[in-house]
Amino acid sequence: MIRRLRSASGPYLAVLPGGLWLAIFFVLPLFVMVSLSVQTGNLITGFQQTFHFANYSNMLSQYHEQLLRSLWYGVIATVLCVLLAYPMAYWIAFFGGRNKSTYLFLVLLPFFVTFVLRTVAWQFLLGDQGLVLDWLKRAGIVSQDFHVLATATAVIAGLVYNYLPFMLLPIYVALERIDPSLLEAAGDLYATRRQTFLRIVFPLTIPGIFAGVLLTFVPVVSDYVNASILGGTGQTMIGNIIQTLYLTNSDYPNASALSIVLMGILMIGIFVYARALGTRDLLDAAAG
Amino acid sequence: MSTGTNAAAGRVGGRVMQVYTWLIILWLMLPIFVIIAFGFNNTKGKFNYTWQGFTLHWYRHLFDIPDLTNALINSLTIAAIVTVISGILGTGMGFALGRWKFRGTVITELTLFANIAAPEITLATALLSLFITANVARGYWTIVIAQVMFDIAYVAVTVRARMAGYDVHLEEAARDLGAGPLTTFRLVTLPLLLPGIVAGCLLAFALSIDDFVITQFNAGQTLTFPLWVFGATRLGVPPQVNVMGTLIFVGGVLIAISSVLLSRRRT
Repeated sequence: MIRRLRSASGPYLAVLPGGLWLAIFFVLPLFVMVSLSVQTGNLITGFQQTFHFANYSNMLSQYHEQLLRSLWYGVIATVLCVLLAYPMAYWIAFFGGRNKSTYLFLVLLPFFVTFVLRTVAWQFLLGDQGLVLDWLKRAGIVSQDFHVLATATAVIAGLVYNYLPFMLLPIYVALERIDPSLLEAAGDLYATRRQTFLRIVFPLTIPGIFAGVLLTFVPVVSDYVNASILGGTGQTMIGNIIQTLYLTNSDYPNASALSIVLMGILMIGIFVYARALGTRDLLDAAAG
Repeated sequence: MSTGTNAAAGRVGGRVMQVYTWLIILWLMLPIFVIIAFGFNNTKGKFNYTWQGFTLHWYRHLFDIPDLTNALINSLTIAAIVTVISGILGTGMGFALGRWKFRGTVITELTLFANIAAPEITLATALLSLFITANVARGYWTIVIAQVMFDIAYVAVTVRARMAGYDVHLEEAARDLGAGPLTTFRLVTLPLLLPGIVAGCLLAFALSIDDFVITQFNAGQTLTFPLWVFGATRLGVPPQVNVMGTLIFVGGVLIAISSVLLSRRRT
């Protein structure tokens, strides 16, 4: 009897500590943030709950430009990641031979350098007198006042650089799962290489592309590190605004409102994804 | 004939893609080369921009900037604490999900999915909102809480993924041979789970030491290594940062390679 009771309570005992941690520090805070987002006040007088929903419309009218820019950068960077990652994942999966895992390891190597430091290295490389431009200027390929830093190009390049592996891995996994006999069958049935790719390989990798899009688009849109380090005032993203409102201005209600707007927009995408494809693929991808 | 040209076209296509793959890999590596190289740069002033010749000076004077050293120590100790806590809590969740079907499976999986899929800035601002509302001063321990909060899910999914081949009968056999639940857990379950737990803990440590967004929002005045580097970008990053980045990189790569080799030997 006791043993049966123990085995029945087993899963709950194992889940409970972690579950409580996530309930208190992940789920509960989401509700607290919603409550904070409709308060008014300031740091000196304190914040009162006034159900001031105007915080939302104020934030949207004040910062829609940065919000749209973030979404736009997210779309460009994600599309670039798909285009850059797909041929590479294809080659590693079908031509990598025994060295497949070595290539994947090389792709993941940048992750062993701190994210911020990687981005700082690009700031250094792309600086007006940095290694790349200095050389190009001396060779007379670009004019003396040419610059890359503080442009949209620099920010998007940084975003693509930092998030490319998140796109590559799920696409690679999808390609790797394709049964080679399917490709042989296509060849036996006189399908050309183009037909085999378009009708068999590509459709089978669409779930991988979607997982990659989710893993790339969500962090890119909410990123503020690349815009801070590589961008200028014209490249401010919504993450920069949220960070400033919270940490510099201590304008917590408005900061919360803006953060919830961003979360809402991205959650629609995540929700559609989870309904269409389930949560399993993404959790497996996260497990590496 | 047509299959012959097809195959030839395939070989050429393969070559092109091979060159392309290596170009992308080089692009991914470029900042790493720069970071490592400029840790050996014999730069005179505070600015480390142009190559001035080789020196080991910065390796000898690695700890000359007290704030930076403190930040690195914070990063390492926080990562160690976070790895232990999230390792234990995450293993419990991953094990339960892989081992049993229980009421609450769906809500647990959904919570883990939401935690991993949610933008980092959402997790960061929500937790900060909680600390603000509850009047908790931000510092070392709020960083620990924050990092455990996002590491648990990664440990859980890693442990669960490695439980695919887990044989429940081994536990039953141990029971039949007279082992109590604790003995069974210690001698049978834990060794079987160990590769998954180690992989999960390594991932947790790496994510913790690298984390910027969630840490920055919940750090107060406390600095970790990435926060210090971010703060220094406007004034110029001293070469010691390159050296520390290099050492973290080399340490991480060595640990990753040895864990792969160890798991290969075991199977």
